[in-house]
Amino acid sequence: MFASFIECQHMPVSLTSSKVIYDALKECDIRLVSALPETWLVHLIRLADDDPEVILVRLAKEEEGVGISAGAHFAGVKSAMLMQNHGFLASINGIVSFAHLYKIPLLMLISYRGSFGERDPWQTQGGNVTEPLLRALGIPYSFLDSVDTVKKRIQQAQTLSESSLQPVALLLTRDLMWEE
Amino acid sequence: MLRLDCLRSIYSELENSLVVTIMGAVAAELQSLGHRPNFFYLQHAMGLASSTGLGLAMCLPEQRVIVIDGDGSLLMNLGSLSTMARYRPKKLTHVVFDNESLLSVGGFPTATSTGTDLEGIARAAGVPQVTTVRNIDSLKAAVTDAVQGDELTTIIAKVEAKGPPAYVTDLSLLENRFQFRRHIQSLKRV
Repeated sequence: MFASFIECQHMPVSLTSSKVIYDALKECDIRLVSALPETWLVHLIRLADDDPEVILVRLAKEEEGVGISAGAHFAGVKSAMLMQNHGFLASINGIVSFAHLYKIPLLMLISYRGSFGERDPWQTQGGNVTEPLLRALGIPYSFLDSVDTVKKRIQQAQTLSESSLQPVALLLTRDLMWEE
Repeated sequence: MLRLDCLRSIYSELENSLVVTIMGAVAAELQSLGHRPNFFYLQHAMGLASSTGLGLAMCLPEQRVIVIDGDGSLLMNLGSLSTMARYRPKKLTHVVFDNESLLSVGGFPTATSTGTDLEGIARAAGVPQVTTVRNIDSLKAAVTDAVQGDELTTIIAKVEAKGPPAYVTDLSLLENRFQFRRHIQSLKRV
């Protein structure tokens, strides 16, 4: 699930795209971000960590983020969750037995590993099941695949999540996050 | 020590705090003593009550937050102790009723029945104040100290594996959830 530190140093994760995503989250008034690091998320997590206006909660396991975001929602604070798709898999009971059961809005930004272009064999099985699971759970989802549409799509996802009081997912794609 | 007596003894502290409980016996027993709009009962998603309390405490640092957890739930999310300890909100108090049992599903023994030490785990995770209590007076004193103090505290309360006759109450999950949020928003307007 995790890339090593050394590996991260040589990976061309897009700083430009990460900044566009982060700015869009800020424009949606996101004030708490929970995260479990993975390669594609390194810049996003650093941006949140450096931002005094945002509370960054570094998790031990992604499912904790469901509870953290529910607490933030009760407190009247808008939040976002940064996770890999394998972290989404690890969060499913929390999503069903908390977010769905209690109608809690979640804005989930999920890095879509294991899809077209994936070189790491260990990511591939999770890639196969990500969209089928989102559909099975009835979670509305879309893709972040171009800097031109990131802002609008994040805003739309956040709006739907708040109005419908349910989890909404945005899949961060290789085309957006990877520069090579 | 019975959990119901424990809850009764600390009810006055709960009255003035935002309270998040786990499912089952704890939720039913606290409701039997008197539901309040500042009580939220997480009736599933075992392990996430502490995460919810942490989210609340980090967003509302001036509010006293009390999480009422259990050994079975905490064992499902031990990582939460490390996350709580990492951010250690000053006004978060974490009470864990340890009956060494998954009581609500028929009383299967948990690992605390064979020696797993939740106090030791919490301490080693970095929770700054940790204590174990075995009687009502010690519990009451520990909760009062925690609430008046200025440090994240985990209190392990060893209780008997006895619960109420029924777990379902007439408070619907969504009613509870909307009431709880509305209550918190009303506090912010004061």
